[in-house]
Amino acid sequence: MPDPVNRDAIAVRASSLSKSFCMHLQGGLELPVVEGASFEVRAGECVVLGGPSGAGKSSILKMLYGNYAASSGEILIRHGDAMVDLAAASPRLVLAIRRETLGYVSQFLRTVPRVAAVDVVAEPLVARGIDAGTARERAGLTLERLNLPQRLWQLPPATFSGGEQQRVNIARGFITDHPVLLLDEPTASLDAANRRVVIEMIAEKKAQGVAQIGIFHDEEVREAVADRIIDVRGFAPAHAA
Amino acid sequence: MTMLDETPLLSVTGLSRYYGERVGCRDISFEVYPGEVLAIVGESGSGKTTLLNCISTRLEPSAGCVSYRMRDGESRDLYRMSEAERRLLMRTDWGFVHQNPADGLRMTVSAGANVGERLMAVGERHYGRIRDTATHWLSRVEIAADRIDDQPRAFSGGMRQRLQIARNLVTGPRLVFMDEPTGGLDVSVQARLLDLLRGLVNDLGLAAIVVTHDLAVARLLSHRMIVMKDGRVVEEGLTDRVLDDPQAPYTQLLVSSILQV
Ligand SMILES: Nc1ncnc2c1ncn2[C@@H]1O[C@H](COP(=O)(O)OP(=O)(O)OP(=O)(O)O)[C@@H](O)[C@H]1O
Ligand SMILES: Nc1ncnc2c1ncn2[C@@H]1O[C@H](COP(=O)(O)OP(=O)(O)OP(=O)(O)O)[C@@H](O)[C@H]1O
Ligand SMILES: [Mg+2]
Ligand SMILES: [Mg+2]
Repeated sequence: MPDPVNRDAIAVRASSLSKSFCMHLQGGLELPVVEGASFEVRAGECVVLGGPSGAGKSSILKMLYGNYAASSGEILIRHGDAMVDLAAASPRLVLAIRRETLGYVSQFLRTVPRVAAVDVVAEPLVARGIDAGTARERAGLTLERLNLPQRLWQLPPATFSGGEQQRVNIARGFITDHPVLLLDEPTASLDAANRRVVIEMIAEKKAQGVAQIGIFHDEEVREAVADRIIDVRGFAPAHAA
Repeated sequence: MTMLDETPLLSVTGLSRYYGERVGCRDISFEVYPGEVLAIVGESGSGKTTLLNCISTRLEPSAGCVSYRMRDGESRDLYRMSEAERRLLMRTDWGFVHQNPADGLRMTVSAGANVGERLMAVGERHYGRIRDTATHWLSRVEIAADRIDDQPRAFSGGMRQRLQIARNLVTGPRLVFMDEPTGGLDVSVQARLLDLLRGLVNDLGLAAIVVTHDLAVARLLSHRMIVMKDGRVVEEGLTDRVLDDPQAPYTQLLVSSILQV
C-alpha cells in the first residue's frame, strides 16, 4: 500500500444508476430491474448489498464492473488520482480500470481450457507486470491459505468441485492490491473452515483500505464483514411486476 | 497508471466494399491499439472476410480509408503507399493467418523452410541462425524439433495451423490478422490451438484482429468485439459486455443461439 489510507476518501459513487433489459427476442419486452440506485463506498469500508433473490444485487455489481451496461446514471470510481465515470468509459479505459483499480470475484469461475489453477490465480499479477515466477509463488501461498490441495494446483480447474473452483476464484480476486473489490457470493459453496478464511481475508483488505462491495447470503459471513447493508429493494423499479 | 493517450495502430474510417451491386461491407469505422485483440463476429456472409481483406491490403476497398502507424511513429494511408511499401509491411510488420493452412504455407518445402523463409525475406542470411530461430519457433508452437525437415503435407490439420502461426510470428510482427484460425479443426485440437494463441498474444503483446463466427473464440481471445450483419456493424464494445449484456436484436439472437460461452 503506497500512502496511509484516507478513510474518508470516496472510492465508488453510484448516482441514479438504472438498468433495464430490452428483450428483443420477446418482442422488445422491457424488463426494468434497478432504478435510481445511489450510494457511496469509502476506502476501507465493506458494504453489503442485501435483498431477496432477483432484486438486482448481481446486476448492480455487474454494472459496477462494466460487465452490464448501465441504462442510465453514473458510476464514479477513483482510478489513480481521478474519479472516472465507468458507465461512460471506453472499453479500453474499462480494461485499464479493471487491471489497476477494480477486482471482481464472480459467483462462478469461468474456466479457460488447459490453464493450470495456479496460473489462473497468478494471471492478474502477471497482467500488472509482475514476473511469472513471483506471481506463481504468491498464487501458491493464497491457494494454500484457502486449503486447496497442492495436487490440484497444476490442473485446469474445469474438473474441480464447486467449492474448489470457488476458492480458485477467490484467490484470483484477492491476490492483487486493487483498491476496490466486488464480491458476488464468494462464500456460497464453501465449508465453515474456508468461510472463516474468507472472512479473515476480507478483514485484512479492510485494514489495507480497500473498498469492498459484496453480496453474501450467509448470515454469519454478513454479520462478520458488513460495515453497512444497502437494501436494494430501495432501488426497485416503480412499475416492475 | 496506464496512459490511454497512445495513438491507434490501425484506424479504419468509412470503409465500404461492393461486389458489383452486392454489398460486401459498408461504412465501417474502428480503431485498434497496440496490444489489443479485436474480434469480428457475425453470421456467414456478413462481410467479415471482406472487411479483414480490405484492412490488410489484400482487397481494394470501394470507399474509405485505412491508416496504419509505422514503426517510425508516422501514420500512413495504406492505399496511398506504393505496392513495394505495402509488400514490405506485410512481410515485416504484419502476419496473416488463413483459415486453411494450405493458403498460408508452402506445402512442398520443409517446416523449417516455411519459417526460415520469412526471416530471409526480412534480410537474415546466416544459415545457422535461421535454423536455430526456426527450431525455437517450432517448439513454441509445440512442434517437435525432429519434424523440422518434414513437409507440412505430412502434418495433421492442427499441426499445419500451428506451423502457419510460427511462420507468421517469427518476424516479430506488431499486428496479426486471422481469419477463422480455428475453423476446420476438431474441437479438442481447437482448444489446444486457442490456448496457444492466447499465450502467444499475451506474451508478445501483439495486436490482433480475429475473424470468427465462434463466440467462444471471441470470449477467450479478444478484448473488444465488433458484431456484423449484412455488411454493417450492429454492435461493438468490451467483449464480456457484448456477450453478457447484448443490446442489438441480432447480437441477442446470436448469443441465445449458442449453448454457453
Ligand atoms: N443478462 C440478463 N438478461 C436478462 N435479464 C437479466 C439478466 N441478468 C439479470 N436479469 C434479470 O434481472 C433480475 C435481477 O437479477 P440479479 O441476478 O441481479 O438478481 P440478484 O438480486 O443477484 O438475485 P440472486 O440473489 O438470486 O442472485 C432478474 O429478474 C433477472 O432475471
Ligand atoms: N469475390 C466475390 N464476389 C462477389 N461477391 C462476394 C465475393 N466475396 C464475397 N462476396 C459476397 O460479399 C458478402 C460478404 O462475404 P464475406 O466473405 O465477407 O462474408 P463472411 O462474413 O466472411 O462469411 P463466412 O463466415 O461465410 O466466411 C457475401 O454476400 C458474399 O456472397
Ligand atoms: Mg445474484
Ligand atoms: Mg469469411
